[in-house]
Amino acid sequence: MYMEMKTTVTAIDGRQDLIISRKFDLPVHMLYQAFADAHFVAQWMNTYVEKLDHRSHGSYEFVTTDPLGGVHRFAGAIHEVIENKRIVRTFEMIGSDVGATMEVLHFEALTETKSQLQMHVIYQSAENRGAQLKMPFAWGLNMAHARLEEIGTKIL
Amino acid sequence: MQLRRDVFQAIADPTRRSILLLIASNSLTAGAIAANFETARPTVSRHLQILTECELVKQLQQGREVHYQLNVEKMKEVAAFVEPFRLLWEQRFDRLEEIMKQQ
Repeated sequence: MYMEMKTTVTAIDGRQDLIISRKFDLPVHMLYQAFADAHFVAQWMNTYVEKLDHRSHGSYEFVTTDPLGGVHRFAGAIHEVIENKRIVRTFEMIGSDVGATMEVLHFEALTETKSQLQMHVIYQSAENRGAQLKMPFAWGLNMAHARLEEIGTKIL
Repeated sequence: MQLRRDVFQAIADPTRRSILLLIASNSLTAGAIAANFETARPTVSRHLQILTECELVKQLQQGREVHYQLNVEKMKEVAAFVEPFRLLWEQRFDRLEEIMKQQ
Protein backbone atom coordinates (compact mmCIF):
# COMPACT_ATOMS: atom_id res chain seq x y z
CA MET A 1 0.00 0.00 0.00
CA TYR A 2 1.21 3.45 -0.82
CA MET A 3 1.72 5.61 2.22
CA GLU A 4 2.00 9.32 1.81
CA MET A 5 5.22 10.71 3.22
CA LYS A 6 4.11 13.51 5.49
CA THR A 7 7.63 14.53 6.28
CA THR A 8 10.07 15.13 3.46
CA VAL A 9 13.78 15.75 3.67
CA THR A 10 15.44 17.35 0.69
CA ALA A 11 19.19 16.90 0.71
CA ILE A 12 21.03 17.50 -2.53
CA ASP A 13 24.33 15.70 -3.02
CA GLY A 14 27.39 17.74 -2.14
CA ARG A 15 25.55 20.58 -0.47
CA GLN A 16 25.82 21.65 3.15
CA ASP A 17 22.16 22.23 3.88
CA LEU A 18 18.87 20.41 3.84
CA ILE A 19 15.17 21.16 4.13
CA ILE A 20 12.80 19.25 6.38
CA SER A 21 9.21 19.87 5.42
CA ARG A 22 5.99 18.72 7.08
CA LYS A 23 2.29 19.51 6.89
CA PHE A 24 0.37 19.40 10.16
CA ASP A 25 -3.24 18.90 11.00
CA LEU A 26 -2.94 21.83 13.41
CA PRO A 27 -3.63 25.55 13.24
CA VAL A 28 -0.39 27.44 12.76
CA HIS A 29 -0.41 28.96 16.26
CA MET A 30 -0.55 25.48 17.80
CA LEU A 31 2.34 24.35 15.66
CA TYR A 32 4.32 27.40 16.69
CA GLN A 33 3.54 26.82 20.37
CA ALA A 34 5.05 23.35 20.11
CA PHE A 35 8.39 25.09 19.56
CA ALA A 36 7.91 28.14 21.75
CA ASP A 37 6.60 26.58 24.95
CA ALA A 38 9.02 24.57 27.09
CA HIS A 39 6.24 22.33 28.35
CA PHE A 40 5.38 21.15 24.83
CA VAL A 41 8.99 20.92 23.65
CA ALA A 42 9.72 18.61 26.58
CA GLN A 43 6.87 16.32 25.55
CA TRP A 44 7.37 15.87 21.85
CA MET A 45 11.16 16.00 21.89
CA ASN A 46 11.12 13.79 24.97
CA THR A 47 13.76 15.89 26.56
CA TYR A 48 14.40 17.76 29.76
CA VAL A 49 14.24 21.47 28.98
CA GLU A 50 16.87 23.06 31.14
CA LYS A 51 16.31 26.44 29.58
CA LEU A 52 14.16 27.94 26.84
CA ASP A 53 14.37 31.67 26.65
CA HIS A 54 12.14 31.96 23.62
CA ARG A 55 12.72 35.45 22.27
CA SER A 56 14.96 37.20 19.76
CA HIS A 57 18.51 36.99 21.16
CA GLY A 58 17.42 34.29 23.55
CA SER A 59 18.81 30.78 23.97
CA TYR A 60 17.96 27.23 24.93
CA GLU A 61 19.44 24.12 26.45
CA PHE A 62 17.96 20.62 26.46
CA VAL A 63 19.24 17.51 28.17
CA THR A 64 18.14 14.13 26.85
CA THR A 65 18.83 10.72 28.31
CA ASP A 66 18.77 7.93 25.74
CA PRO A 67 17.41 4.45 26.48
CA LEU A 68 20.93 3.21 27.19
CA GLY A 69 21.44 5.88 29.80
CA GLY A 70 23.63 8.14 27.70
CA VAL A 71 23.15 11.84 28.42
CA HIS A 72 23.11 14.26 25.49
CA ARG A 73 23.05 18.02 25.68
CA PHE A 74 21.58 20.17 22.94
CA ALA A 75 21.94 23.91 22.96
CA GLY A 76 21.75 26.97 20.81
CA ALA A 77 21.19 30.67 20.51
CA ILE A 78 17.87 32.00 19.31
CA HIS A 79 18.55 34.74 16.82
CA GLU A 80 15.04 35.80 15.91
CA VAL A 81 11.47 34.83 16.70
CA ILE A 82 8.40 36.08 14.86
CA GLU A 83 5.25 34.57 16.31
CA ASN A 84 3.55 32.03 14.03
CA LYS A 85 6.00 32.91 11.26
CA ARG A 86 9.65 32.23 11.85
CA ILE A 87 12.33 31.09 14.25
CA VAL A 88 16.01 31.55 13.41
CA ARG A 89 18.36 29.74 15.75
CA THR A 90 21.57 27.80 16.05
CA PHE A 91 21.57 24.19 17.16
CA GLU A 92 24.31 21.96 18.45
CA MET A 93 24.48 18.54 19.93
CA ILE A 94 27.35 19.14 22.30
CA GLY A 95 30.33 16.87 21.66
CA SER A 96 29.13 15.47 18.33
CA ASP A 97 31.10 15.93 15.13
CA VAL A 98 28.11 17.47 13.38
CA GLY A 99 29.03 20.88 14.74
CA ALA A 100 26.75 23.86 15.22
CA THR A 101 24.12 24.44 12.57
CA MET A 102 21.90 27.34 11.71
CA GLU A 103 18.21 26.57 11.48
CA VAL A 104 15.53 28.70 9.88
CA LEU A 105 12.04 27.49 10.75
CA HIS A 106 9.22 28.79 8.57
CA PHE A 107 5.68 28.40 9.89
CA GLU A 108 2.83 28.80 7.46
CA ALA A 109 -0.95 28.59 7.82
CA LEU A 110 -2.44 26.49 5.02
CA THR A 111 -6.03 26.75 6.24
CA GLU A 112 -7.51 27.61 9.63
CA THR A 113 -6.82 24.10 10.84
CA LYS A 114 -3.79 23.09 8.80
CA SER A 115 -0.27 24.38 8.74
CA GLN A 116 3.17 23.69 7.36
CA LEU A 117 6.64 23.77 8.80
CA GLN A 118 9.75 24.09 6.72
CA MET A 119 13.07 23.77 8.50
CA HIS A 120 16.09 24.92 6.56
CA VAL A 121 19.17 23.51 8.29
CA ILE A 122 22.57 24.86 7.27
CA TYR A 123 25.69 22.95 8.28
CA GLN A 124 29.24 24.25 8.31
CA SER A 125 30.21 21.91 5.49
CA ALA A 126 28.88 19.02 3.42
CA GLU A 127 30.97 16.72 5.66
CA ASN A 128 29.17 18.03 8.73
CA ARG A 129 25.85 17.37 7.08
CA GLY A 130 26.99 13.85 6.24
CA ALA A 131 27.88 13.25 9.89
CA GLN A 132 24.39 14.35 10.86
CA LEU A 133 22.65 12.08 8.37
CA LYS A 134 24.67 9.07 9.44
CA MET A 135 23.94 9.50 13.11
CA PRO A 136 20.25 8.54 13.30
CA PHE A 137 20.97 5.21 11.60
CA ALA A 138 21.56 3.40 14.85
CA TRP A 139 20.74 5.25 18.00
CA GLY A 140 18.29 7.70 16.56
CA LEU A 141 15.83 5.09 15.43
CA ASN A 142 16.27 2.92 18.49
CA MET A 143 15.68 5.94 20.61
CA ALA A 144 12.60 6.99 18.71
CA HIS A 145 11.09 3.53 19.07
CA ALA A 146 11.88 3.32 22.76
CA ARG A 147 10.43 6.79 23.18
CA LEU A 148 7.21 5.85 21.44
CA GLU A 149 6.81 2.81 23.66
CA GLU A 150 7.56 4.84 26.73
CA ILE A 151 5.00 7.48 25.82
CA GLY A 152 2.51 4.75 24.97
CA THR A 153 2.77 3.29 28.44
CA LYS A 154 2.59 6.73 30.00
CA ILE A 155 -0.64 7.56 28.19
CA LEU A 156 -2.19 4.18 28.93
CA MET B 1 27.87 32.01 -11.76
CA GLN B 2 25.57 34.09 -9.58
CA LEU B 3 22.67 33.65 -11.97
CA ARG B 4 22.93 29.90 -12.21
CA ARG B 5 19.74 28.29 -10.97
CA ASP B 6 19.86 26.62 -7.62
CA VAL B 7 18.77 22.98 -7.74
CA PHE B 8 17.94 23.05 -4.10
CA GLN B 9 15.60 25.99 -4.40
CA ALA B 10 14.05 24.46 -7.48
CA ILE B 11 13.07 21.37 -5.55
CA ALA B 12 11.89 23.31 -2.53
CA ASP B 13 8.86 24.58 -4.47
CA PRO B 14 5.80 22.28 -4.26
CA THR B 15 4.56 23.00 -7.79
CA ARG B 16 7.95 22.19 -9.24
CA ARG B 17 8.06 19.00 -7.21
CA SER B 18 4.68 18.07 -8.67
CA ILE B 19 5.96 18.75 -12.17
CA LEU B 20 8.94 16.49 -11.55
CA LEU B 21 6.61 13.75 -10.36
CA LEU B 22 4.40 14.20 -13.41
CA ILE B 23 7.20 13.72 -15.89
CA ALA B 24 8.95 11.04 -13.87
CA SER B 25 7.50 8.19 -15.93
CA ASN B 26 7.09 9.80 -19.34
CA SER B 27 8.01 13.03 -21.05
CA LEU B 28 5.23 15.58 -21.61
CA THR B 29 4.69 18.81 -23.52
CA ALA B 30 4.36 22.08 -21.61
CA GLY B 31 0.64 22.13 -22.45
CA ALA B 32 0.07 18.62 -21.11
CA ILE B 33 1.91 19.54 -17.91
CA ALA B 34 -0.02 22.80 -17.50
CA ALA B 35 -3.32 20.90 -17.88
CA ASN B 36 -2.61 19.30 -14.52
CA PHE B 37 -2.47 22.57 -12.66
CA GLU B 38 -4.97 25.25 -11.85
CA THR B 39 -2.31 27.92 -12.12
CA ALA B 40 -2.01 29.95 -15.29
CA ARG B 41 -0.07 28.50 -18.18
CA PRO B 42 2.70 31.16 -18.03
CA THR B 43 3.27 30.26 -14.37
CA VAL B 44 3.81 26.64 -15.31
CA SER B 45 6.10 27.75 -18.15
CA ARG B 46 8.12 29.74 -15.67
CA HIS B 47 8.47 26.70 -13.41
CA LEU B 48 9.57 24.62 -16.39
CA GLN B 49 12.10 27.24 -17.30
CA ILE B 50 13.59 27.16 -13.81
CA LEU B 51 13.69 23.36 -13.81
CA THR B 52 15.37 23.39 -17.21
CA GLU B 53 17.92 26.01 -16.22
CA CYS B 54 19.07 23.97 -13.27
CA GLU B 55 19.11 20.84 -15.45
CA LEU B 56 16.58 18.86 -13.45
CA VAL B 57 14.55 18.71 -16.63
CA LYS B 58 15.70 18.21 -20.22
CA GLN B 59 13.96 19.46 -23.34
CA LEU B 60 13.42 16.90 -26.04
CA GLN B 61 12.49 17.89 -29.58
CA GLN B 62 9.90 15.45 -30.95
CA GLY B 63 8.80 16.55 -34.38
CA ARG B 64 7.18 19.94 -33.87
CA GLU B 65 6.69 19.44 -30.18
CA VAL B 66 9.01 20.05 -27.30
CA HIS B 67 8.74 17.45 -24.59
CA TYR B 68 10.01 17.83 -21.08
CA GLN B 69 11.84 14.91 -19.60
CA LEU B 70 13.27 14.24 -16.17
CA ASN B 71 17.05 14.41 -15.99
CA VAL B 72 17.58 11.33 -13.87
CA GLU B 73 21.29 11.92 -13.32
CA LYS B 74 20.67 15.31 -11.78
CA MET B 75 17.83 13.97 -9.71
CA LYS B 76 20.08 11.41 -8.12
CA GLU B 77 19.74 12.47 -4.54
CA VAL B 78 20.87 10.83 -1.36
CA ALA B 79 17.45 9.33 -0.74
CA ALA B 80 18.46 6.03 0.86
CA PHE B 81 21.00 7.79 3.02
CA VAL B 82 18.47 10.35 4.17
CA GLU B 83 15.66 7.92 5.03
CA PRO B 84 16.55 7.14 8.69
CA PHE B 85 16.95 10.84 9.34
CA ARG B 86 13.58 11.49 7.72
CA LEU B 87 11.92 8.75 9.76
CA LEU B 88 13.31 10.24 12.94
CA TRP B 89 11.69 13.56 12.13
CA GLU B 90 8.50 11.92 10.96
CA GLN B 91 8.14 10.24 14.34
CA ARG B 92 8.94 13.43 16.20
CA PHE B 93 6.42 15.39 14.17
CA ASP B 94 3.77 12.70 14.56
CA ARG B 95 4.16 13.06 18.30
CA LEU B 96 4.10 16.82 18.10
CA GLU B 97 0.84 16.65 16.20
CA GLU B 98 -0.66 14.14 18.60
CA ILE B 99 0.29 16.15 21.69
CA MET B 100 -0.88 19.49 20.33
CA LYS B 101 -4.20 18.01 19.23
CA GLN B 102 -4.90 17.10 22.84
CA GLN B 103 -4.67 20.73 23.91
